Amino acid sequence: MKALVWHGKEDIRCDAVTDPRIEDPRDAIVRVTSCAICGSDLHLFHNFIPAMLPGDIMGHEMMGEVVEVGSGVNGQLKKGERIVIPFTIICGECEQCRRGNFSVCETTNRKKHLAEKVFGHPTAGLFGYTHLTGGYPGGQAEYVRVPFADKTHIKVPEGLSDEQVLFLGDILPTGWQAAVQCDIQPDDTVAIWGCGPVGQMAIRSAILLGAAQVIAIDRLPERLDMAEAAGAVTINFDEESVIERLNELTDGKGPEKCIDAVGMESYVSPWQPDTIYDRAKQMLMLESDRPHVLREMIYVCRPAGVISVPGVYGGLIDKFPMGLAMNKGLTFRMGQTHVNRWTDDLLRRIEEGQIDPSFVITHTARLEDGPEMYKVFRDKQDSCVKVVLKP
Amino acid sequence: MGYLSNISRSEGDPKVVHPGRSSLGGVDRLVRALGWFSLGLGLAELLAPRQFTRALGMPGQEMLVRSYGLREIGSGVLSLSPDKTTGLWSRVGGDALDVLTLAAAYRADNPKRDNVALALAAVAGIMVLDLIGAQGVTGRHRRASGERRRYSDRSGFPQGVQSARGAARRDFRTPADMQAAPATAALPNGGDLAASTG
Repeated sequence: MKALVWHGKEDIRCDAVTDPRIEDPRDAIVRVTSCAICGSDLHLFHNFIPAMLPGDIMGHEMMGEVVEVGSGVNGQLKKGERIVIPFTIICGECEQCRRGNFSVCETTNRKKHLAEKVFGHPTAGLFGYTHLTGGYPGGQAEYVRVPFADKTHIKVPEGLSDEQVLFLGDILPTGWQAAVQCDIQPDDTVAIWGCGPVGQMAIRSAILLGAAQVIAIDRLPERLDMAEAAGAVTINFDEESVIERLNELTDGKGPEKCIDAVGMESYVSPWQPDTIYDRAKQMLMLESDRPHVLREMIYVCRPAGVISVPGVYGGLIDKFPMGLAMNKGLTFRMGQTHVNRWTDDLLRRIEEGQIDPSFVITHTARLEDGPEMYKVFRDKQDSCVKVVLKP
Repeated sequence: MGYLSNISRSEGDPKVVHPGRSSLGGVDRLVRALGWFSLGLGLAELLAPRQFTRALGMPGQEMLVRSYGLREIGSGVLSLSPDKTTGLWSRVGGDALDVLTLAAAYRADNPKRDNVALALAAVAGIMVLDLIGAQGVTGRHRRASGERRRYSDRSGFPQGVQSARGAARRDFRTPADMQAAPATAALPNGGDLAASTG
């Protein structure tokens, strides 16, 4: 079969690979009908996430048709069913899964020994990601093996297109969880840094959850356009000061809730000197992430506010203003998404027409064109916001 | 390397049979090669400056050569990073500086004048490659200015923005483990938490 394979920094290839095989009774094989390139795939593309190996298949946003099931799936899935595959692999049985903390499932990371060394404790297995999270082959491929398939799936009701439901596997619940963990109140201002796909979903989630004001921060006009379309007030940080404008929009008090949908690769600009410092340290491997957005959020957030971090961080950050955060009494909530915790509810909202996540798709291409689309997405060319690939 | 890394995969995991076309273009590979060249030259200049000054008839200029070495290393690191466009243009600037320095050493009284001429020719050749690389990556990775798509009709709310505002509040409760601290949660009945705990 064909698959997009990581060969090194900025080197993704559409390779011919062997077909995946069932190796555990709880496995299923899915023929992928749609998959997407995620912003966090770009961190792998840039080799900022440790423990990737040449030959790893990319992709953690995918859906398709079940073509084979193991004997242990126990009728939970049948051949021919359409499913979206959540990017977090879950057993559904461990203590964390029973609490709904699916992204820290205690069972599914098959490389626990690595994760324990680096994270202290293992987290859930993830598709198409680092070997610290199991090194499971991803779904930017014609076929994917789904481990723990009896639990790791979202069934798609008839009548919904791939485009409407594909993002249930990651960016929609990620944006939703980012907003939910802010515990939005009707008089809250929610500020969201980054209008990429997760930021766009967080904006819509904050609107649905009834924030009085949603403010979206980015520098790319087309992304700000998209944010504005959902009812957000926008700030272009190339043109105005984020801190001044946020204070102006909140009577000097700052937003109660701040969401970081940027993560470890903050935009580098001379007007944000700390980003140059971080970039230099990152290149010399003295720091793994560029936390400009975190610093700005901590500075501008209203005291006793909430900082929500769906953006991916990979390792060590520097000059983290802990004193500000402590003295302002901020609450931090973060983590990979507990996808299945939210998907029943979100699927219902899609069916009822409350939200249609397909708005974010700007480019659709063949799987073979994937390597080129990585470049287009990374370089933000052709007003690209979200790429869907069709194997 | 890909074959070696298969050791870490399970039996049922797919393995590469035949590699396909890469996301790295020809110009990206040229830039990568120039980046490694820059690192190598920079290290040599930093660690063995006397070899350069002796060969070029520039005694006493070891510190200058060392500083050029640091510059080369900086350019090399940048050229090998996602910010390779900046890295390549910094190499072009560095080439110009090298040409000026060598031109100053190309004096009639320099016994190593021939070596300087050779070095000048080498720098000119590298400069051509750097220019090709810099222009190539700038063109390949830039966002085209001017035309952009408009997304102002992409609300994502099929029933409109107004009807979406707060729509989920009707049937969604924040789970207990994600509720905000009382300071920014809603005040009970519009009241005063301090008074209620007073």
